[in-house]
Amino acid sequence: MGPYSPAFRHLFSRLGWEVVVPDRPTQDTLSLGFKNAPEFFCVPFKITLGTYIEALEQGAEVLVTTGGVGPCRAGHYAQVQADILRRKGYAFDLVVLEPIARDPLGLLRNVRRLNRNRASIPRIVRLVRQVLKKIAAIDQFGAELRRLRPRELRRGSAEAAYDGAIKTLDAAETLEDIEAARRRGLEAFQAVARDPERPVLRIGLVGEIYVVLEPASNLDIEKMLGEMGAEVQPSITLSGWTAENVVTEVGNRAKEAAGPYLGAAIGGHGQESVGNAVLFAKRGFDGLVQLAPFTCIPEIVARGILPAVSRDLDLPVLSFFLDEQTGEAGVRTRCEAFVDMLWQRRRGKEGVA
Amino acid sequence: MRIGIPRTLWYFTYAPFWRTFFTGLGAEVVASRLTTRKTLDAGVTACVSEACLPIKLYFGHLIDLADRVDYLFVPRLMSVQGNRVFCPKFLGLPDLVRHSGLKLPPLLDVAIDRRTGPLFLWRSCWWLGRRLGARGRAIVRAFFSASRTQRKYWARLTGGGLPEGAKPPTRPDAHRAAGGAPPVGPPVRIALLGYPYLIFDEYANLGLLDKLRSLNVDYRTIETVPERVLRRQNPFFPKRPFWRYSDLVARSGYHFLGPGRAEVDGVVHVTAFACGPDALVDKVLELEGERKRCPYLNITLDEQSGEAGYITRLEAFVDMLRRRVATTPD
Repeated sequence: MGPYSPAFRHLFSRLGWEVVVPDRPTQDTLSLGFKNAPEFFCVPFKITLGTYIEALEQGAEVLVTTGGVGPCRAGHYAQVQADILRRKGYAFDLVVLEPIARDPLGLLRNVRRLNRNRASIPRIVRLVRQVLKKIAAIDQFGAELRRLRPRELRRGSAEAAYDGAIKTLDAAETLEDIEAARRRGLEAFQAVARDPERPVLRIGLVGEIYVVLEPASNLDIEKMLGEMGAEVQPSITLSGWTAENVVTEVGNRAKEAAGPYLGAAIGGHGQESVGNAVLFAKRGFDGLVQLAPFTCIPEIVARGILPAVSRDLDLPVLSFFLDEQTGEAGVRTRCEAFVDMLWQRRRGKEGVA
Repeated sequence: MRIGIPRTLWYFTYAPFWRTFFTGLGAEVVASRLTTRKTLDAGVTACVSEACLPIKLYFGHLIDLADRVDYLFVPRLMSVQGNRVFCPKFLGLPDLVRHSGLKLPPLLDVAIDRRTGPLFLWRSCWWLGRRLGARGRAIVRAFFSASRTQRKYWARLTGGGLPEGAKPPTRPDAHRAAGGAPPVGPPVRIALLGYPYLIFDEYANLGLLDKLRSLNVDYRTIETVPERVLRRQNPFFPKRPFWRYSDLVARSGYHFLGPGRAEVDGVVHVTAFACGPDALVDKVLELEGERKRCPYLNITLDEQSGEAGYITRLEAFVDMLRRRVATTPD
């Protein structure tokens, strides 16, 4: 998912599997998913279904995915997708990793099942640490990339530094290697020529986790906005999400901030979207972009409440509900208009001050 | 003191409880009027455009009540059984309403959440009673009287009775006499699956129940399947559907496609445009229907439903069932 394939490839290849994770869903992947999924399923369902089909065509025998306990639909996706795929005649094993508190034995069974090399427990622990470190490094590179994009002197140089950094990271084996690759990557970013004085907009990005993290599903909106001169900051990264949901499951700041607007967890990332909007506004961001799959209920609720946040805290909001009909030109036009409007507002504010 | 309750969503399931409870506290309960074009138009305008049809209808019903009542009863209905919750829109409903920018009377927005303990309903009622300034004894009495009413109501629903607030269907003979329709064939039986707020909202489903009667179709709704029968079905093994109403629809569907197969000739699933859980449940039921070789029809209702399109499909489906019934030896 999103930019994290290298981390998962690391995990499963070291457990003795040949990994066929595509780096990035292509237009073909999307079409495959759209064709085989029911209409009102959300984009994440369709794209992952397309990815499964491609992987199975390349000879994958085991599909690994995560579960969930709702009330987001995604918790049921694995079973339904498996049903659709078997109906199409594919044979495969499905491993669904559920949250540890729900079914600890099942998780252990699944880990055993995936542990093809019969790696020892200390080895697995070491592997998990390596994977987490890779994910953290990928998130760090992403943050650098988003900061550099609006400031780079030569278009595409930040992107090139990012790609190089990911490639080095992909090859890293041990914790020390990963640390070295992380350093090298950050140095490569340092070397990118930039204009530190250039004024940039700051735009917060909230929404459903999959469409926020997966550029193929959101028409690479981060890049689009970055090249229009905005520093984009997503509210969700995989390392942040893992820390909050898998390890501790304690209430987070976004949920508290959402309180006055949305007083209950409604599933998915609805409450976080509202809460992070509040947090971005308080940090003085220029604007907010909400990304959601079409028919994503929690985000629709958030979409109904965001105008109130926008009014109260003076934060312009642009919402996108993404589906297979969403075209690049339409999104670009709306982003351009949004960015123009944000510049005007900022000039207006500076003029008054 | 008048308390308004929108005649949609959970109304068809829980209305008697709340009507009895509020009446017991000395309040007057006002239900919104039956859905009309006006209700729908008002709701569509007031609500976020991405929302599903039922939520738009809900907003329409709120607007219908707005200048006739002192309070609007908009509870945060979270969970009533096990750890199943209601759909995320039910969970966020009071917030969605409060931040809609509509001018509305104050909301009674108590949370109803089974997961907080076995006395959850009592606690919510107590809070409501105090909020309305009722005395403790009155709240206790209203609560017990409401619980009794609701139990009786459920027995009536399981027996195939019409929910409170639904428009009684026209008698089939009256229908045929008025329309001069040609004689229809022998009766067929279907499972009519769908949320009560679609099945019993005569406007939203374009007169589906009347239509079925005039086609000489007997239907069983999800309300008629007793809980103990439902409990044996689990379409999402090893999990269960997360959402209360979807859980009922999915398990009723599995009942009619499984042990209850002999009770019906076919299955019709009525869904709402852009309803998230519905998409999932529909696919699961469709696949199961295929496996069990049971005729299966999905009808999706949206805000611009043309009657002609879906009635043609329904008629064709019923014709097909009738032929199957006639050719299948007993």
